[in-house]
Amino acid sequence: MTKQRKAVSLISGGLDSMLATKAVMEQGVHVEGINFFTGFCVEGHTHAIRKKDKAKPKRNNSLWVAEQLGIKLHIVDVIEEYKNVLINPKHGYGANLNPCLDCKVFMVQKAQQWIQENDFDFIITGEVIGQRPMSQRKDTMPVIARESGANERLLRPLCAKNLPETLPEKEGWVNREELYDFSGRTRKPQMALAEKYGFTDYAQPAGGCCFLTDKSYSNKLVDLWTARGKKEYELDDVMLLKVGRHLRPQPHFKMIIAREEGENNFLQGYKNIFRTMTTVSHPGPLVLIDGVLSEEDSLLAAKITARYSQGREAEQVEVKMMQQGEEKQFLVKPLLSTEIPKEWHV
Amino acid sequence: MNKQFLDARRLLCPMPVIRVQDKIKTMIPGGQLEVVCTDPGVMQDIPAWCRINGHQILSASSDVGEFTINIIVGD
Ligand code: SF4
Repeated sequence: MTKQRKAVSLISGGLDSMLATKAVMEQGVHVEGINFFTGFCVEGHTHAIRKKDKAKPKRNNSLWVAEQLGIKLHIVDVIEEYKNVLINPKHGYGANLNPCLDCKVFMVQKAQQWIQENDFDFIITGEVIGQRPMSQRKDTMPVIARESGANERLLRPLCAKNLPETLPEKEGWVNREELYDFSGRTRKPQMALAEKYGFTDYAQPAGGCCFLTDKSYSNKLVDLWTARGKKEYELDDVMLLKVGRHLRPQPHFKMIIAREEGENNFLQGYKNIFRTMTTVSHPGPLVLIDGVLSEEDSLLAAKITARYSQGREAEQVEVKMMQQGEEKQFLVKPLLSTEIPKEWHV
Repeated sequence: MNKQFLDARRLLCPMPVIRVQDKIKTMIPGGQLEVVCTDPGVMQDIPAWCRINGHQILSASSDVGEFTINIIVGD
């Protein structure tokens, strides 16, 4: 009896990995999914934070994909290990702070470890040559296979025919003829294959699979590193960069201002860690302050807090500052919008 | 019955799912896990994760911002 071959597939939640997985399942291979949580994934929590998104169903796309495919999904927390990938990417960053090539190498390497520990035979990814400018090029495909240590055990079913034969093909675990030769940025072959498999309602992430491809998010992370004088972060930082309006009126302090109720509730959870401000005389947002403030800074922060409250037109607004149980009140005239320079917005 | 508890409050998805997954790995089939969370997303994500991995949801309820899910560990 021939041995049932087993593969693990990197499931991002997007269409390509879904199709790649299905293509291999169709050939009788047992496939399970693996998904890595770096902290920057677009999945999940932003929906949980922002109230305006609450009307949309909050589904986790990787779980959804696994369920559609009828496979198990292993979600792996790689937050700590990923720091090194993001902070020191050997191959550098893409258009923003996305270290896509290093990220791919890292994830395939983790998958390689996983298949060894779990006695699986090979790894599947949904990569397509030429699909993404940094990590999915003809010359980067072998880099990922080599540097991850997966080598010939890495199969990319959607573009396998454009690449040298891998072990699963050589050994006949999968039939190369039934794999694909997709290339380039066009999405048409993927859409056609999705239709063939009967997949509808799949997620089509625009920029990439994580926040690091987002310009404004990357700017906030650079600002954080600059202010701290070193490249480091914790999961809380990652989360807070996704929430609120970020203003840096002085190099040594930043304000995170909730934009709506959902963000307000989320920021409440950080009240005990940060200095906070909120308006007392008028309804207004919760503001977290990151940094050390002088008397003068506190006054400026109070005026800014008042600016973003419903008292923005008032002559005087009462603002309360809290830090570790200590409370201080300010009576201020809100800044005018023209008094908030564009450069303050991170 | 061997019932275990998991506090996943203040964690945002997918962290509660990861915690449930890691806890269940240490449990035996038939065991019961009660997890308490604050991210409403768990009401979709934990049952979805259980469905695809062969675990059974015994109950899922919410009460003043907290969500409690009881799971029976599958084979
Ligand atoms: S978009 Fe983000 S998660 Fe996707 S490969 Fe690039 S860095 Fe990694």
